[in-house]
Amino acid sequence: MYTAILVLTAMAVAIGLLLAVASQYLKSPPDETAEAIEQVLPGTNCGQCGLPGCSVGARAAADGEIPVDFCPPGGRAVAEEIARITGRPMAPASDDGIRRVARVTREDLCTGCLKCIKACPTDAVIGAPKQIHGVLPEACSGCEACIEVCATGAIEMVPEPITLANWRWPRPMEENDRAA
Amino acid sequence: MSEYLLLLIGAALVNNVVLTQFLGLCPFMGVSNRLDTALGMGLATTFVLTLAAAAGWLIEHTLLVPLDLEFLRILSFILVIAGTVQFTEMAVARMSPSLHQVLGVFLPLITTNCAVLGVALLNLQQGHTFTQSLVFGVGTALGFTLVLVIFAGIRERLATAAVPAAFEGAPIGFVVAGLLSLAFMGLTGLPEGG
Repeated sequence: MYTAILVLTAMAVAIGLLLAVASQYLKSPPDETAEAIEQVLPGTNCGQCGLPGCSVGARAAADGEIPVDFCPPGGRAVAEEIARITGRPMAPASDDGIRRVARVTREDLCTGCLKCIKACPTDAVIGAPKQIHGVLPEACSGCEACIEVCATGAIEMVPEPITLANWRWPRPMEENDRAA
Repeated sequence: MSEYLLLLIGAALVNNVVLTQFLGLCPFMGVSNRLDTALGMGLATTFVLTLAAAAGWLIEHTLLVPLDLEFLRILSFILVIAGTVQFTEMAVARMSPSLHQVLGVFLPLITTNCAVLGVALLNLQQGHTFTQSLVFGVGTALGFTLVLVIFAGIRERLATAAVPAAFEGAPIGFVVAGLLSLAFMGLTGLPEGG
């Protein structure tokens, strides 16, 4: 009986050791970008982006398969972080360097159909059924998804309004341009 | 040489592990939805099966028989197979992460693929030598891969075929598997290996 126990234990230990050595050599190189993105994601695996979890989303974003503002609960803060990590722009940059955000400029045209609310990846559109919607500029990522779905053309891209939260000193080149 | 060739063909076609002996049906039905996945699964199983056949023979003849421990055969074989599968999973994850993703749970499930244990046990039952065990393992694995790929090809076409609603999905799969099995039974007339 002792031989049986000994032989089986020895085999198990030998296989375990071999596997441990093999795992050292076969360890897949960690995807640093994906890991960094996963760090800034909420990590609740809510599935609102349509992917089965935050780590899957992080990998897809790192590979460039989905836009940086794919995470609705994360909103613009997370989108900005991901844009910084991946080096991909959050929205098409305009010529004058001012970010464009969506705004319901033609409120008389808004029917309150909720289409834009469903399309918004960062939950920047507020409103209720049959009520005029509004866009929170500080949450808008500038992806223009709401403009594509708006049936009446009530939403337009406008330069982001300057507030205390996003005002910054102009860069020297911008001063030059303005003087010229 | 011709003896080994006969053994190889016998194991791959005449005594096909899936369609004649009905071993390893779990991955046969589970991973045969797409051709490339089926091929990946077949290759992974080939690797495990060959290693397990060789390791099983070695363990039986160097450890279990000299020490009079034949009753540990199944337990120790499962141990070796589990270790090999773990190694295969690491290798697949390293070499092809996408394949690893697609195969998912079916990769670790090779452990419980009865074809793997079946081959290791059949080798001993039929008194194969070490080389014969290896050839038998490779032949069986090739047969498994072949059938898996054939079945995946058929199922890919079935996916677009006009199948009656009651037969869609698994039922038509089982019907096709049965027909395929009948076809392979027709190979019984080939000279048997060994």
